[in-house]
Amino acid sequence: MNYTLLVLIKIIVLFAWLMIFALYATLAERKVSAVIQDRHGANRAKILGISSFGIFQPFADALKMLFKEDYIPPFTDKFMFKFAPVITFFFSALVIIAIPFGEPVKIGKEIIKLQVIDPDIALLLIFALSSMSIYGIILGGWSSNNKYSFLGGMRATSQIVSYEVALILSIIGLIMVYPSLRLSEIVNYQSTLLWGWIPKWGILLQPLAFIIFIIAAIAETKRAPFDLPESESEIIGFFLEYSGIRFGVYMLTDFVETIMLSLIITTLFFGGWNIPYLFSGLKLSNGTIFSGFVFPWGKQLAISINWVSILQIIAFQIKTVIVFVFLLLVRWTFPRLRFDQLMELGWKSLIPLALFNIVVTAIIIAIV
Amino acid sequence: MKGFLYFFETIKGLLVTGKHLIVNFFFHTINYIFRIKTKRRGSVTTQYPEEKREIPPRYRTKHRMMFNEEGTPRCVGCMLCVTVCPSDCIFVKAEEIEGKKIATEFIIHVNRCAFCGYCVEVCPEDAIRMDSGKLDFVSDSQKNLSLNLLFKGKK
Ligand code: SF4
Ligand code: SF4
Repeated sequence: MNYTLLVLIKIIVLFAWLMIFALYATLAERKVSAVIQDRHGANRAKILGISSFGIFQPFADALKMLFKEDYIPPFTDKFMFKFAPVITFFFSALVIIAIPFGEPVKIGKEIIKLQVIDPDIALLLIFALSSMSIYGIILGGWSSNNKYSFLGGMRATSQIVSYEVALILSIIGLIMVYPSLRLSEIVNYQSTLLWGWIPKWGILLQPLAFIIFIIAAIAETKRAPFDLPESESEIIGFFLEYSGIRFGVYMLTDFVETIMLSLIITTLFFGGWNIPYLFSGLKLSNGTIFSGFVFPWGKQLAISINWVSILQIIAFQIKTVIVFVFLLLVRWTFPRLRFDQLMELGWKSLIPLALFNIVVTAIIIAIV
Repeated sequence: MKGFLYFFETIKGLLVTGKHLIVNFFFHTINYIFRIKTKRRGSVTTQYPEEKREIPPRYRTKHRMMFNEEGTPRCVGCMLCVTVCPSDCIFVKAEEIEGKKIATEFIIHVNRCAFCGYCVEVCPEDAIRMDSGKLDFVSDSQKNLSLNLLFKGKK
């Protein structure tokens, strides 16, 4: 098949997946927060008298956003004001192109990678892209020409720039362990076993890096407990002057960023599409090619290669959803940090810990 | 050191909310998807139009007029309630019928009513009571909120 056409199809499918996930992420956030606080959450949006626990709520929200007045204050910088939400959304949604959703599948003669592009610098690419989205935030805050939104944009910048350091430093430990920066190879490496029975998932090899990464990454998504850029109680945030669908785009970007974060965490730390002990195309000692479960105690369970692929794709989705719900749990558990506490946590705790992690990893690698 | 303390406390906090999430989610699922009624519902809220809270017996709700055995209203048009009403929202007209004074028109503008219950307290004939148990009377016009208490039909 034509390479360009293939990429185009993949992009469309992934974009649809992302939009549906992001729409339902808004519902999930409302439901999770409600359930944590002993409430029910949105369950009133009805179509033909069927509410089914609010599954139509996201569409009601989206329609509301679309039909609100799109007001652009006269004192703003018109072009930048309109352009800024698009920048953040574009760059945070673009991260998805490098994420491997499953093992390459064979359809007919064609081997199709379940990944839009598979560059050898994917790990660096995703962090470069996700940190580009800060431009949209600072431009949105700045072009609003309002003190408070400017302050929000500034806060976002300082927060994200300082947490970027910890984020990348925590990744270095992973880079030392993994053989490549290519995400598909990272996942392949995580599918192998340590001492024959422990899957080499990132969280098991680099637990400290995982903790640092998750804290820094939550700070990157600008949600509570690190929601200083949009602190609703004091400065309202960088989108103060936005209304209607433009605000909706910023709000959706929040969820898209969280989804991207759960995708990245799943890929880097939870073995991507790997199910422990499930192999596809394993060469056995007697020369046959085997796909299915091979348990460390020697039992084998053969599954056809198509089912292996489907199981792996489902496993990836389930892992992503679990990580996403965990991120929502974090968001609805902790109160907001003060700005000095935020900076202290970033520069005085996370960065030294990340450096310590690098040193320890280096020593262990040198010994083993 | 303090950092470690914070770290463990945050984990503890996550466990608390996580427990709420899982336990409540379990009860929501069996109550609302499998329709098995359990004593514990997993939420403290009442789903209002479908579920209603029990109203205490002395709770002041929509007014109602008491009637005699003959079907005439007990109100004798003494105007005490009109006088005492702090919101000035009762309107009474009485006529003498067969040697007895009987109200022929009795209107309460509930839109202005403060539900203080003074009218009930003051009435010498025990003609008005506020124990109908009706709380949800809403309307988009003032006209519908003028209750004609002498109207015996369903309203
Ligand atoms: S309840 Fe109070 S405010 Fe309402 S009609 Fe009676 S006296 Fe007036
Ligand atoms: S309702 Fe009672 S207080 Fe009011 S006018 Fe009639 S008899 Fe008098």
